[in-house]
Amino acid sequence: MTNSPRTPGIAAARLEAETLAQNFSDLHPPLDGHEALVAADRCYFCHDAPCITACPTGIDIPLFIRQIATGTPEAAARTIFEQNILGGMCARVCPTETLCEEACVREAAEGKPVLIGQLQRYATDTVMAAGVHPFERAPETGKRVAVVGAGPAGLACAHRLAMHGHAVEIFDARPKGGGLNEYGIAYYKTTDGFAEAEVEWLMKIGGITMQNGKALGRDITLEGLRAEYDAVFLGMGLAGVNALRAEGEDRDGVADAVDFIANLRQADNLAALPVGRKVVVIGGGMTAIDAAVQSKLLGADEVTLVYRRDRAAMPASAYEQDLAASKGVRFIFNAMPLEVLGNGVATALRCEYTKSDGRSLTGTGETFDLEADQILKAIGQTLDGTPDGLAIEGGKIAVTGAGCTSVDGVWAGGDCASGGEDLTVTAVAEGRDAAEDIHASLVG
Amino acid sequence: MADLSSDFIGISSPNPFWLASAPPTDKEYNVRRAFEAGWGGVVWKTLGAEGLPVVNVNGPRYGAIYGADRRLLGLNNIELITDRDLYTNLEEIKRVKADYPDRAMIVSIMVPCEEAAWKAILPLVEDTGADGIELNFGCPHGMSERGMGAAVGQVPEYIEMVTRWCKQYYSRPVIVKLTPNIADIRKPAEAAHRGGADAVSLINTINSITSVNLDTMSPEPSIGGKGSHGGYCGPAVKPIAMSMVSEIARNAETRGLPISGIGGVTTWRDAAEFMALGAGNVQVCTAAMTYGFKIVEEMMSGLSQYLDEKGMSLDDLVGRAVPNVTDWQYLDLNYVTKARIDQDACIKCGRCYAACEDTSHQAISMSEDRVFEVIDAECVACNLCVNVCPVEDCITMEELAPGAMDERTGKPVSPEYANWTTHPNNPGAVKAAE
Repeated sequence: MTNSPRTPGIAAARLEAETLAQNFSDLHPPLDGHEALVAADRCYFCHDAPCITACPTGIDIPLFIRQIATGTPEAAARTIFEQNILGGMCARVCPTETLCEEACVREAAEGKPVLIGQLQRYATDTVMAAGVHPFERAPETGKRVAVVGAGPAGLACAHRLAMHGHAVEIFDARPKGGGLNEYGIAYYKTTDGFAEAEVEWLMKIGGITMQNGKALGRDITLEGLRAEYDAVFLGMGLAGVNALRAEGEDRDGVADAVDFIANLRQADNLAALPVGRKVVVIGGGMTAIDAAVQSKLLGADEVTLVYRRDRAAMPASAYEQDLAASKGVRFIFNAMPLEVLGNGVATALRCEYTKSDGRSLTGTGETFDLEADQILKAIGQTLDGTPDGLAIEGGKIAVTGAGCTSVDGVWAGGDCASGGEDLTVTAVAEGRDAAEDIHASLVG
Repeated sequence: MADLSSDFIGISSPNPFWLASAPPTDKEYNVRRAFEAGWGGVVWKTLGAEGLPVVNVNGPRYGAIYGADRRLLGLNNIELITDRDLYTNLEEIKRVKADYPDRAMIVSIMVPCEEAAWKAILPLVEDTGADGIELNFGCPHGMSERGMGAAVGQVPEYIEMVTRWCKQYYSRPVIVKLTPNIADIRKPAEAAHRGGADAVSLINTINSITSVNLDTMSPEPSIGGKGSHGGYCGPAVKPIAMSMVSEIARNAETRGLPISGIGGVTTWRDAAEFMALGAGNVQVCTAAMTYGFKIVEEMMSGLSQYLDEKGMSLDDLVGRAVPNVTDWQYLDLNYVTKARIDQDACIKCGRCYAACEDTSHQAISMSEDRVFEVIDAECVACNLCVNVCPVEDCITMEELAPGAMDERTGKPVSPEYANWTTHPNNPGAVKAAE
């Protein structure tokens, strides 16, 4: 360790390698067999269970928990994968506290839901660790489908199409598949290269090939894909980022939180990653939380998250907020950035307090300066490079039904498509459902 | 996925999981739901003789025993046979069977112990197209007071007689359902066998009072301050049921007589255990009443996975454990084990110590800093410490290999098999050479 949390500016190696390793280890260590049985035992096997309804992919949660309880985690995994082939990743990254576990009747009864996410991980890990792929591919149909984007939506779509016997070609702009699973999720939520391993495991179904470094609009075109394939699925996510529109945004030390997170996820050596002594994160979603928490875990001395509305309006869940607070992140609510101060290099962020009258937000005129040598922007992502001809709705590709776009033979799902929350699990559901629709149109 | 399709006494069903004759099978609506959920067959709730149907109490019919976290372990009921009209039931049975030809449809019957009564109802049941009948000789409450149910099941001569009538007046398979409220379960099974039964099913419910309200002094379930013994079922009765199944499976008089196993089957594992002990299939009631019909999905996936893992067919499983059920006198007295405590897994609760020190053989030591260790010189391998330990596999039993020193006896473990029949302490010991 050459530096410390109080080393001025942006610097690497603020913490000992051992501390870094501990900080970025599994947030929830996996349940062992006994813990899984104890957790599974709490499930009431509810009828028409609220947890199933709350799951965007509709996993039969009571059934898989009962299968764990009766000593067949392999059968449990199959129950999960039938609905959600990325059940392993979702077990790690789903905001279960706002989905299945919030709906769990034991949450209502005792404020302590069944540990559905961790039980899902227990089951899926059992099968994935054994390297077993639980499904077989139907005979080749001779149909070929192009999938743009190897994120959760594209992977789920590709897998389901391959299962039905179609040949799938995935194109992804990045060097690795996985999308945000690989590049956009906090390090401690998916450790040990899980995202990469999951893609490899998923592709064992056969019939899927992946071309990396191929971006839509740059290396391939929608027109070209439509001409060459029987159907096209677009799941390229939101590659653009919103601008701060504050003066001084171009000063050194100002960066996009998504890039910060991606760099962290791809880092071979956490000690080599530079982070500010005083970090300010702007935004209120999961990306903001992940960037703030990880800045702190990398050894930043002070991390402040500035959000323009109040706590209740924050998109990040209470659980995520508490996690950030427990790591030492400071929250400033009802404040918006005005200007990045500094001379070439950012030294502070000038903010103005806000007030809200229902929908619109206005400044109160009262300002304050936050010292900062690193400012991370997490104020939302945008669709980047949409092909002509696709109808857009609310900044996303407009879809109806199971992901049908305005262009014949083209489906879309995941973050780039309209509707649904921008969650891994939602993307999986949309990809899967679009695949079923594509399949019906190809064989119908 | 293993093939779970089942052939029990010539009655085929897509899986060996049947719903027992009980409230879940009292009506067309329930049975259709059961078949849609995946159950392999049902035994329709017991039909009575033509005429005015029986009536039920209008207060609570069930009482329960709970484990930790209010897990239902035992259920007791004072419900009688169907309280719906005979012909309504018969029409429904016929309709459902016609719509689900691949599922097993068995009709449970209980009429007075008179030949005319059976002669009257059997052709009506035959006409439904059901696959077979089950004779309810088991219900311990209400009907037994009227000379039916368990009152018949407790008299082997009656069982034999009625079974003969059924074989005479009905052309399809006859299953005799046995009551456990009897000293020796082999006797009624033998009687059924003599009467020509195609199979026996067991157990029916056990006489029970689940609890007493200490304020009102009424047994539960309470009907206006009074209670009656009811029939006990659910996970709590499984060990009793499995013992009885195994007794019939290994009894020379009844060996080979098909058995439908009933009693606390809640998971695929319970079902597999019953089948290993000789049951050709199982019947389920309390688990369905507790969790709904959907549990059959876990039963199917679990049993299928187990059979695949073991490379067994369903038929291979049936009776596979029967040869290992024996009498105490034949257990190997030279099989020696010692308790072993995994210190890494131990959470230092001391329950093993309390159990052993207070109630067993003082074979566990406790140090100042709460380290618990087995004293081999005292350990008789009773297994109580294993049973009371809250951590699975923390305490295990280790077999001493032949030749190893047993610190308790001071003698090496003999490689020879030796049981009580030849033991020197046995006054009736038979010398091996004689």
